[in-house]
This record gives sequence, structure tokens and C-alpha cells, in this order.
Amino acid sequence: MRVYQFSEQPYYPTWNDHSGSLRVILPNRKCDPRVAADLFHRYYDEYQACDDIGLDIMLNEHHQSATCMSSAVVVGLSVLARATKKARLLVLGYPIGHRPDPLRVAEELATVDVISRGRLDMGFIKGIPYEIAASNRNPVELMERFWEAHDFILKAMTTHDGTFNWEGEYFHYRQVNIWPRPWQEPHPPVWSTTGSTTQARVLGERGYVMATLGTGYGTRKIYDAYRKSYLAKFGRAPTADRFAYLGLVAVAKDKEEARKRGHLIAGYLRTSSIVHLPFRNPPGYLPAEDNARLMRGETPPRSFTKDGRGINMHAATVEDLIAAGILFCGTPDEIYAQIVDFCDHCGGMGNLLMMGHGGELTHAQTIDNLTLFASDVLPRLKAYRQPDAEAAAAVVAA
Amino acid sequence: MLQRTDSATDSLVVEGTRIDLIERGKGRPVLFLHAENGIEPAAAAIEALAKSAHVVAPTHPGFGRSDVPRGMHTVDDLSYFYLDLLDQLDVRDVTLVGVAFGAWIAAEIAVKSTARLHRLIMANAVGIKLGDRETRDIADIFALTEPEYLEIAYCDPNAGRRDYKSLPPAEVVAAARAREATARFAWSPYFHNPQLKSRLHRVRIPTLFLWGAHDRMVDEAYGRAYCAMIPGAHFETIARAGHFPHQEQPEIFAKRVLAFMDGK
Repeated sequence: MRVYQFSEQPYYPTWNDHSGSLRVILPNRKCDPRVAADLFHRYYDEYQACDDIGLDIMLNEHHQSATCMSSAVVVGLSVLARATKKARLLVLGYPIGHRPDPLRVAEELATVDVISRGRLDMGFIKGIPYEIAASNRNPVELMERFWEAHDFILKAMTTHDGTFNWEGEYFHYRQVNIWPRPWQEPHPPVWSTTGSTTQARVLGERGYVMATLGTGYGTRKIYDAYRKSYLAKFGRAPTADRFAYLGLVAVAKDKEEARKRGHLIAGYLRTSSIVHLPFRNPPGYLPAEDNARLMRGETPPRSFTKDGRGINMHAATVEDLIAAGILFCGTPDEIYAQIVDFCDHCGGMGNLLMMGHGGELTHAQTIDNLTLFASDVLPRLKAYRQPDAEAAAAVVAA
Repeated sequence: MLQRTDSATDSLVVEGTRIDLIERGKGRPVLFLHAENGIEPAAAAIEALAKSAHVVAPTHPGFGRSDVPRGMHTVDDLSYFYLDLLDQLDVRDVTLVGVAFGAWIAAEIAVKSTARLHRLIMANAVGIKLGDRETRDIADIFALTEPEYLEIAYCDPNAGRRDYKSLPPAEVVAAARAREATARFAWSPYFHNPQLKSRLHRVRIPTLFLWGAHDRMVDEAYGRAYCAMIPGAHFETIARAGHFPHQEQPEIFAKRVLAFMDGK
């Protein structure tokens, strides 16, 4: 198993000073650039520590938000491509359906891949609904635009014998020939995220690494949708390295300290959905049939405990988050048992995206969290034998 | 000419795209283009018009149950779709009536061809940009809560309130599709076509602007300036109505439309 450390790089000093929205409309006057600089340097220090202790690194971006200061993720990638030596750098991800210029995306990512000497994992994402207001991209047909950007970026990364022409539905170029070309052949690995079985099937057909967030013990259903379409397309079962899961991780020598850290890290969950209502669901972001269900007041839970109980991860207790596999929390032994149980339940999961910092967890707590995980949990996870992939896929096929 | 698919609504296929279409009444032809809130809220106005005219009221591509072909993104596309529809129906001397988003479509049709048109009536029309780049002419409705939206779009917010829990499921889906289709066509540039203003002089048929006086989504000054760009166009307000005067004052709306159609 690989483990990628992830932080949203929050500007938490404003978390108790907003008028109902931490995103989109929170005036940036509340952001003190000096405080932001200290936080950025601190977060990069923590990422650099990962490089030394054997953890890989995940970065993301959100826009106009106090929950995540990383608004231009290529900046963080660039800093870390130079400042780290071993860690893989996963960007999860680039919201390529929002970007006006996929050529620029291909250039940025190829450059990061070269500077890092081939350590980039390249996540392409739809982006959460709140990003629409910032990009002003039309939410209708966002995914059609996404897939054309995806096709273009891969074509740009894999064309080496001169220019090519692109006159698509959304993007137009006539002389494409990126410099530098990416280090990894044929291109950095492609990752994506989803919460839906429909999109899981699409990703399975392409064999990309698929990550989910907040799906807890409902994850298996999404993985199985992937397994089914992967099996149909490639004639073999997808191995565990095709699956990723973002879990909050709070580990400590004693259980009480771990619970305290878990509560602080879960500050991410408690704040991430504080968004002015109209920006939560822009028109066309979801299919009309799904919107009609929401309009009728049907809002099914998306996070489930092992015994099938739905929970609201934005308001849940630490104990409920642990029960739902959203937070892995406890001593090293407890954490290992929780993660392995989750992997077994999912039929295999080879990439833990570990939110080892969140909310108001301090630098010292974060470093302790990461180093303890790296010394006492990671070696065991590396040695962990994933469930048999063929057996997991056979269940789905039957 | 129209192909009946069920008891409630007719449907029509125009150049491969199937849309729903209501046809009511006898008399001179009226093509009614509904607003961004869909065809359902226009029912009373359509019935009122149909007492004295032959009303054809399509559901725009992407709204209601109407298909939308891939690649149809703009009101310019919609205007060509309706020019095709007029050709297909082979109607002449049509009074073209549009409300709000539908009035934008009507303007885009009329700048291209008025060959089949007799009169143009635009109510609470959107479609052009007047203010400077940092001044919104039209409220950002996608950044409003539903109560905020109802407050600015209606004279009486209750007129626009809908209880989705008690509506038939198909009507809720239609409302969701109306919101989505509005975004498809009006997201950016927001509710306007930068080219339209410079083409309005081409509208050379008698034109009437109707304006629900309580519209705070887009105000009367915008409507009057828009009206002034169409040669000879008249401007009238409708009291106790907002952005959707056909919905809040259907009888008065229909009376004004019919009077203008008959040259009164």
C-alpha cells in the first residue's frame, strides 16, 4: 500500500469569523497575508517531512475559500517538485473542465513531472460544486468539457514528432507541441475521483486510479462498479493499486490523545460544507432527475457505517466517523486494524490518501501524527497483503 | 402538422429535435416563447391568448420534456431552431411573443428574419448588455436563495412559490430542467449576447415592449433603453407584475398582446 499525506492547507484563523460561508463570498480582507505566509511555509515543511519519513504527498486546490488556501495547485507542486526527492506527488486534482486552457495544464504538469524526475501522479477532477462560482465555467456539460480537456492533455503529452491540430467542441489549437515532454512514459499516471457508481464505471473502462472521499463503508459499491467495467474491458480484475480512499488519520501513543487529534482534524469536515446555499448546487452540475429528488426533499446519506447506518460526516462525532471508516483514529495498533478492516471490506484498496493534518491541528501535533504513523503503521501497511483481486472481481461478475 | 403523442401536449420534430408544443385556439397565429421558468407558469396566459388567437407555444429545447441536441448552447442556436420551426409550420403574419428569456429568443429571431412575422412583443426582455463591465444589468439569480429570487422576480413572491413536495414528479423534473437549460443558454455571457445590441436596428416590424413594473431582476430603465434600440418600438408597463407579467397578470398580458396584434 502507498500512503499519501494530504492537507487542505486551511486558513483556519477565520473559521469562527464568517457570515454563513467560508467559501466563494468570504471577503479576503479576513485573510492576513502574513499569517497566510506562515501557514504556507508550515504546510510545506510538513510535506517536506513526509519526503524524509517515507510518505507520499497529495495536493489539491479549491478557490475563494478559507478551508483551503491552495487555489493554484501548480504552485505547491512546483515548490515540492524541487524541495522533495523521493515522495510521489499526487495532484488530486486539476479541475480540468474549469480550465480555459488545457495546453497550459499539459505544460504545467509535464514540467512538474520533469523537475520531480517522474514523481507526478496526475489527478483530473470534475471539481466540487462551489468551484463553479469562481471559474464561471458553465456547469452544464462540465463533464463533456472535462473529457475533451483530458483527451487533449494526454494527446499533448504523448505526441513527440511535431505539432498536431485540435479543433474540438470546446478547445482549439493548431500547432501543439509541448516542451518539455513529461518524464514518465507514456504520461504520468491518471487518477480521478468520484462518489457515483456511474462515473466509477467510466473510470473502470479507462483503468485509471479511482479515489473516493467520505464514502466510508459505502465504498465497496463504488469500487465494485469499477471492477465490473474494468473486468469487462481488460478481461482481468483490477488490482488494489487502482483504488484510493481519502481517510482522516489521527494516531497517537495513547487513545485519548488520538481522539483529541481526530476531533481537530475533523474540523475539516465540520467546515467544508459551510457555503452560502445558492453555490452548493449550481444548475446542471447534477442531472435534472437528481435535482428533482433534492427539490422534493430527498437527501439520502452518502456515508455509511459498517452495519449500514447513514451518517452526516459534516456533523458526526469522532466515534461515528470511526465507525463509518471516514476517520482512522487511535493507537498505531488500532489504526492498523481499522485500515486493514476497511481494505478487506472494500475487496482491496492500495492507496490511502491520509489526511494527517486538518483543521486546527498544530504543527507539533501534525509532525507527531505523521512520524508516528510512518514509524509504527506504514511498515505494516506496506507488508499487508491485499485481498485477492480476482476473487473480488469474481463476486461482481457473478 | 403536429403529431399528437398524448392527451395533454403535442410534440413536433424540427430538424431532428423533438420538442413539446401546445396548440390552442383559432384566429391569427401567435408564436409564444416562454420565459426561463418554463411552460407551466405560462398556462393561464396561453389560455387567455387562445380565446382570440391561434396560439402555438413550444417548450424550448432543453426545457420540460423537450430534447436538446448536442452542440446547442446559445440563444443564437435557439433562434435558428425557431426560424426552422416557422418554416416547417409554413405560417405567415405571425405575432411573435416572448417573455424574459423567451423575449431574448424573439429578438434574436427578429434580427435574422421577419419574413414570417407580423408583430413582435417582448415582455421583460433580457439579451443585451448596457452597463459597464463592473455593473450588472441583470441580477445574478444563481447566487440568490429561492426566497431572495422570488422577492426580486415577482410583484407577489407567493405567485412564484411552488411546493415541489406536492407537485407531480414530472413537473418537478421540468422545473429542474428549466433551471439547467437557463444555465445552458444564459450562464456566460450572462443573459445576453454581446452581438445582439448592434443588430436590433434590423427589426423593422411593429414592436411592443411590455414590462412588469415590479421586476427587480432587471429594471424598467433597462427595458426602456432596450426598446429605444428597436426602430419605432413602443413601451408599456403592466402594474402589479414583476419579471413574469404573463404569470402574474395573464388576462391583462393577453389583452395587451391581442390589442397590439390587431393594431389597436
